Amino acid sequence: MSSVLILFAHPALEKSRTNRLLLKACQSVEGVTVNDLYEEYPDFDIDVDREQELLLAHDIIILHHPFYWYSSPAMVKQWQDLVLEHGWAYGREGNALVGKKMLNVITTGGPRRAYEEEGYNRFTLRQFLAPFDQTAFLCKMIYLPPFAIHGTHRLTEPEMRQYASQYKSLLTMLTTDQIDIEDARTRQYMNEFIID
Amino acid sequence: MNQSVLLQAIVYLASGVFFVPIAKRLGLGSVLGYLLAGVMIGPAVLGLVGKESHDIMHFAEFGVIIMLFLVGLELEPERLWKLRMPVLGMGGLQVLLTAVLTGGLALTTGLPWQPSLALGMILAMSSTAIVLQTLNEKGLMATAAGQNTFAVLLFQDIAVIPILAIMPLLATYPVASAADHHAHAALIDSLPGWLRPFAVVGAVVGLVLVGRYVMGPVFRIIAQTGLREVFIATALLMVVSISVLMEMVGLSPALGAFVAGVVLANSEYKHELESDIDPFKGLLLGLFFISVGAAINFDLILEKPLLVVGIVIAVMMAKAVVLAVLGKIFKLKTDQNLLFALGLCQVGEFAFVLFSFASQNGILSKEIVDMMTAVVAISMGLTPLVFLANEKLLLPRIGTKETEEKEQDAIEEKNAVIVAGFGRYGNIVGRFLRANNIGTTVLDFDSDRVDILRKLGMKVYYGDASRYDLLESAGAADAKLMIIALDSPEKSLDLVETVKKHFPHLKILVKAVDRDDSYEFMEAGITHIYRETIDSSLRMGVDAMTLLGYRAYQSQRAARLFLKHDERNMGELAALRHDRKQYFSSARQRIRELEELLSSDEKDRWLKDVEDGWDPETLRNEVRQMFP
Repeated sequence: MSSVLILFAHPALEKSRTNRLLLKACQSVEGVTVNDLYEEYPDFDIDVDREQELLLAHDIIILHHPFYWYSSPAMVKQWQDLVLEHGWAYGREGNALVGKKMLNVITTGGPRRAYEEEGYNRFTLRQFLAPFDQTAFLCKMIYLPPFAIHGTHRLTEPEMRQYASQYKSLLTMLTTDQIDIEDARTRQYMNEFIID
Repeated sequence: MNQSVLLQAIVYLASGVFFVPIAKRLGLGSVLGYLLAGVMIGPAVLGLVGKESHDIMHFAEFGVIIMLFLVGLELEPERLWKLRMPVLGMGGLQVLLTAVLTGGLALTTGLPWQPSLALGMILAMSSTAIVLQTLNEKGLMATAAGQNTFAVLLFQDIAVIPILAIMPLLATYPVASAADHHAHAALIDSLPGWLRPFAVVGAVVGLVLVGRYVMGPVFRIIAQTGLREVFIATALLMVVSISVLMEMVGLSPALGAFVAGVVLANSEYKHELESDIDPFKGLLLGLFFISVGAAINFDLILEKPLLVVGIVIAVMMAKAVVLAVLGKIFKLKTDQNLLFALGLCQVGEFAFVLFSFASQNGILSKEIVDMMTAVVAISMGLTPLVFLANEKLLLPRIGTKETEEKEQDAIEEKNAVIVAGFGRYGNIVGRFLRANNIGTTVLDFDSDRVDILRKLGMKVYYGDASRYDLLESAGAADAKLMIIALDSPEKSLDLVETVKKHFPHLKILVKAVDRDDSYEFMEAGITHIYRETIDSSLRMGVDAMTLLGYRAYQSQRAARLFLKHDERNMGELAALRHDRKQYFSSARQRIRELEELLSSDEKDRWLKDVEDGWDPETLRNEVRQMFP
């Protein structure tokens, strides 16, 4: 059994049906803790002690957020800046997170084909996520590929529900250690592990 | 009322009103102005005042007493203790050496040793009134010279007591009739000899105890009545009583007042006392200087001009030399030493008292007393000119004008923030700033609150914050911010005006009760206005939204935007309000305004920003078209 911490960050959840569904779905999985950052810290005053305790208490850290300007909403950056302290998360003395796994769960309006080297956005999603990859590396964590939902602006209701249940399956597989980590590290998307 | 009294008042007041501004304008200082005024109305020129000017001088000496009380107020006991070296060492040596030197000079003229010694001791005195007034006016009290000058003057005030005790032993002439004796010695003289020391010690101890334990509660009770004039009357009553008590036991009233001041220096009413009594001091001192000017006997001077001038120069030189040597020994820098030596080289007002005492006791002849009184008056009159010459001619050549030394024992703490009003609003601001180690000086008018806060160890001053003198003593000249959190809007506006007029460098942050209040402050040109209810109302609104299921971040952003919208709105309405005032009663106006406010809260006017952020509809549509 592994425990999963979802750091959820959406500044305007009231506008995102997809994310509301996803958030609801993950709350019912055993071994998963959801930490809704914008709800918890609407003034951006992050409680560093609380966040670090949460990190220590879990094995897998998921950064769940919409993909804005090829990165996360501002809150995730604020969280990184404050919580991943030198001497705690990284640096010679910083070994608090060693061996934990980290991945991004992303929703984005653009379809998958827009995130190709020949596509509209000129880089792959994995390439855009390099800062997160390196953050995990510096904290001696294992970075896993993202679970991404593309083209959210045109999803139909059934499609949304399907993604929600896929997210749920992924979380179940992660908590029950059904995913081969070495294999996963070579993939582009975590979505590839889900057969439904 | 006796008409001649009023006529005299007109003469004195008019001369002061006329000459002091002129003297100030010419850069001569107020003291010289008053002296000039005295000379003008005196027998020498206009002859408007005659013999009674001596009585007036006696009355005006009370100004010196008040001044020493105020000096004591500024001097907390700890600080006085720190000054003990300069007071005893420098002051003691100054009196001793000057007395020996000037007494020695007198001996060479063929006077017997007794009157020479008496003259020496009398001439050792300097003028507390002129020197302190001038130093204060020039802002030099905090300099090394100022501090040492003060120490010497303090010692001289103390030294008057033993001098008065020694004098009768120096009598060489037959004593004048007992009726001429100074009235002040009456009580102590009626006591048996062995009891006298006890009476003196008892009076001083009583003074300290009463000042320490009785005056605090008394002032508190008086302050609670909220009647300022009664507070002033109490303060004056206290000072007058002290002088009478001191005279009864044969001590210097000025010294008694000084001790009382020191005792009250730690009281929370310090600043209120200071600002209430200060005008009396100024007026009485002015009167004193005028009467000094009027008392100068020009006939005598004209009779033997060379002799008078010669004595003046000799005395002042002798005093200056002694002082300069002491300054050197006590390691004053040259420029400070000049100020110190030249500042104290005149003979002071105590000399008038001591001369009359000496002549009554048959120590000095009438001729000598008359001559020396003229000498003293001239030397006092020259003091402002000496200061001026030092400042304009000597100091620029030395070129090491020392900047004010800001030592830890400076009179006021220099805090960046002054908080006026420490009630339910101000106390939060004050606590917050203190918690961030930002020095705050608090002014409050509620004596109960002042009491409690002081018990908790806070620096809180009692007084009406809108008064210039209180602001000045609270260090407004050195502060950066003025936080106004008074309960009364009228008082706040008063304070705003005072600050803008006298301390334009202070940034003002003001608490407003409501919108009406805010408009007033806006019209007064204030930009930092805080309505006391707006933030907590909006916080309540945020929580209401969140409890209804809105996202916390959305509610907060909405509140912030609403606040901005509301403040912009207020600026617009403030402009309109002026025209409308004529048309509507204020109740009608408030309803009208509410109507305008509500209609301006339409979403499209302010909530747009909330809705536009993140995943706007336009983007969604465009993405749908681009990737069909």
